[in-house]
Amino acid sequence: MSALLFIEQLLNGLQFGVMLFLMSAGLTLIFGVMGLINLAHGSIYMIGAFAAAAVAGATGSFVLGLGAALAAAAAAGALVELTVIRRLYDRDHLDQVLATFALILIFSEGTRWLFGSFPLFLDVPDALRGPAELPFGIVYPRYRLAIILIGLVVAAGLFALIAKTRIGVRIRAGEADREMIGALGVDISKLYTLVFALGAALAGFAGAMVGAIQSVEVGMGEPVLILAFVVIVIGGIGSIRGAFVASILVGLTDTLGRFLLPILFGTFLDASGANIVGTALASMAIYILMAAVLIFRPTGLFGAAT
Amino acid sequence: MKLKALMMGAAMAALGTAAAAEGVKVGMITTLSGGGAGLGIDVRDGFMLAVKQSGRSDIEVLIEDDQRKPDIAVQLADKMIQAEDVDVLTGIIWSNLAMAVVPAAVNQDVFYLSPNAGPSALAGQGCHQNYFNVAWQNDNLHEAAGAYASSQGLANTFILAPNYPAGQDALTGFKRFYEGELSGELYTQLGQTDYAAELAQIRASGADSVFFFLPGGMGISFLKQYADSGIDLPVVGPAFSFDQGILQAVGAAALGVKNTSQWSKDIDNPTNAAFVESFQAEYGRLPSLYASQGFDTANLLISAMGAADVGDMAAFRDALRAADFASTRGDFSFGPNHHPVQDIYVREVIQEGDVFTNKIVATGLTGHSDAYAGDCKM
Repeated sequence: MSALLFIEQLLNGLQFGVMLFLMSAGLTLIFGVMGLINLAHGSIYMIGAFAAAAVAGATGSFVLGLGAALAAAAAAGALVELTVIRRLYDRDHLDQVLATFALILIFSEGTRWLFGSFPLFLDVPDALRGPAELPFGIVYPRYRLAIILIGLVVAAGLFALIAKTRIGVRIRAGEADREMIGALGVDISKLYTLVFALGAALAGFAGAMVGAIQSVEVGMGEPVLILAFVVIVIGGIGSIRGAFVASILVGLTDTLGRFLLPILFGTFLDASGANIVGTALASMAIYILMAAVLIFRPTGLFGAAT
Repeated sequence: MKLKALMMGAAMAALGTAAAAEGVKVGMITTLSGGGAGLGIDVRDGFMLAVKQSGRSDIEVLIEDDQRKPDIAVQLADKMIQAEDVDVLTGIIWSNLAMAVVPAAVNQDVFYLSPNAGPSALAGQGCHQNYFNVAWQNDNLHEAAGAYASSQGLANTFILAPNYPAGQDALTGFKRFYEGELSGELYTQLGQTDYAAELAQIRASGADSVFFFLPGGMGISFLKQYADSGIDLPVVGPAFSFDQGILQAVGAAALGVKNTSQWSKDIDNPTNAAFVESFQAEYGRLPSLYASQGFDTANLLISAMGAADVGDMAAFRDALRAADFASTRGDFSFGPNHHPVQDIYVREVIQEGDVFTNKIVATGLTGHSDAYAGDCKM
């Protein structure tokens, strides 16, 4: 194993983590501010990817596709909040899970009805095609570098929004005590719709970015949704900073686990056995990480102690 | 008079009597929703096209969606066998679902005609007289890929597949006919969508070529990321990652890739030409290998119906075994374990106008059976 390969894998882990952050930031905000478990977050991710693929396919412009993804996901998020989610805030988590699970089915079959059962095509923009040469002879795909950069910029923007702006103050206040902020004259339902649309837009953006290097198909959101839940549990529910740290941690654990565990088992098992055992264990690595974090910090890394 | 006969027929069917010559009741369990739906829809459409073209009104097909879940497939099979009293089951796409359904079904005196999955466990010691595979044994296309890689002088291939039974069958099949060295061997997770870690290892391995088996969306993701990684090695794979349904989603990234298949739309025989044309006319898209398999499965069944009555299981079994139908693949016959003996071709991904499709460039294996037939004792 060379140092170059290891650095490339670190970048891969970072890129995966940044993508997970975009997905889990919205989820943790929605859970933290509204106390709502939103399983339909993965469907919003899928809507982002489909909107980007449809618009990029029709216009030939990836940037327009990204814009469409943001708009479609935010609109879908706001619509869902206004029509369905709003009725669920006072219900218990089981009702929320049931209703948002129904939304997954509705979105999946609706997307199939609109776009058909076969995957759509979405390609990386020409300017970001192919590999880039980095210092020290590292070769890394341009598009993945762009994902890392854009993701970090979005993360910084989100931190600034939460920490520095009036809306951020309200979101934090809503997290701390939603009745009090209502009593202080803030239109809480408008705030909820806004937070929901913001979270949805981030998920849609993630879907569009990833759609260019993965398969744009019905059901693409659910595996990512599970990872996003792992991230927010590790990071501490409601904490944006926790979601960021946990995303990077999960991204690195997953990528390095897939890479290193088969090598590790290869030192004392034959090649194919080591492969099978290593791969199987690698797929558990992030859940082991989650269990370990929860043993030492039951509310997650940055979770508020209860 | 006609109306009266029709009503009589309906009444008899409603009574559910197992009277002679009442036709054949087929239960199709296939994947029609979720990520793998494209495959099931192609099998169903191919099957129903053949039924429609036969003009027979004595085939009743019940179609149910298994959602790619083994437990649902088992429930559907139980319902179809016990409540609906079907004579023939078919349709399952995935090997893990087939393993859950087929052994129990064929032991309840139901025929199972597989339009896709061909797990090794059902081809060797676990073979059964009521089980017929009309597609391939799982290893077949990978064996042809291994043979082709060797014939092209590739000597240091990197191979990868998902970590599940069909993935392990794939790498075993490839290695069985591949004579060169392996520069690396990897199992990925089933349903994995990001292959950055694997691509980094391929780049670092010094391989001269890549073989992969990643069906459906996994293959789309892999190929797009492969094209973007700057790795410029020849790629060989089975047709599952390059079928008509997903090529448009991969786009130019797949151009030039060699893939092995028992079917291609340019196999030169009248049945195939008519099939491709009529499928396009009926559904407005090009058929995939899955569609051809569904079409052949239905035609096999129809040929057997012409020769025997399904109420006489032994005679109907013989009629199926004779495989006396015009296959889209040209020559087609069953080996002793009821799996196909057929040619497997090497195709190249090309662009025709703005549609990506395949054309045959070589024959990988001729009259090929499978490695497990010898273990089958019926």
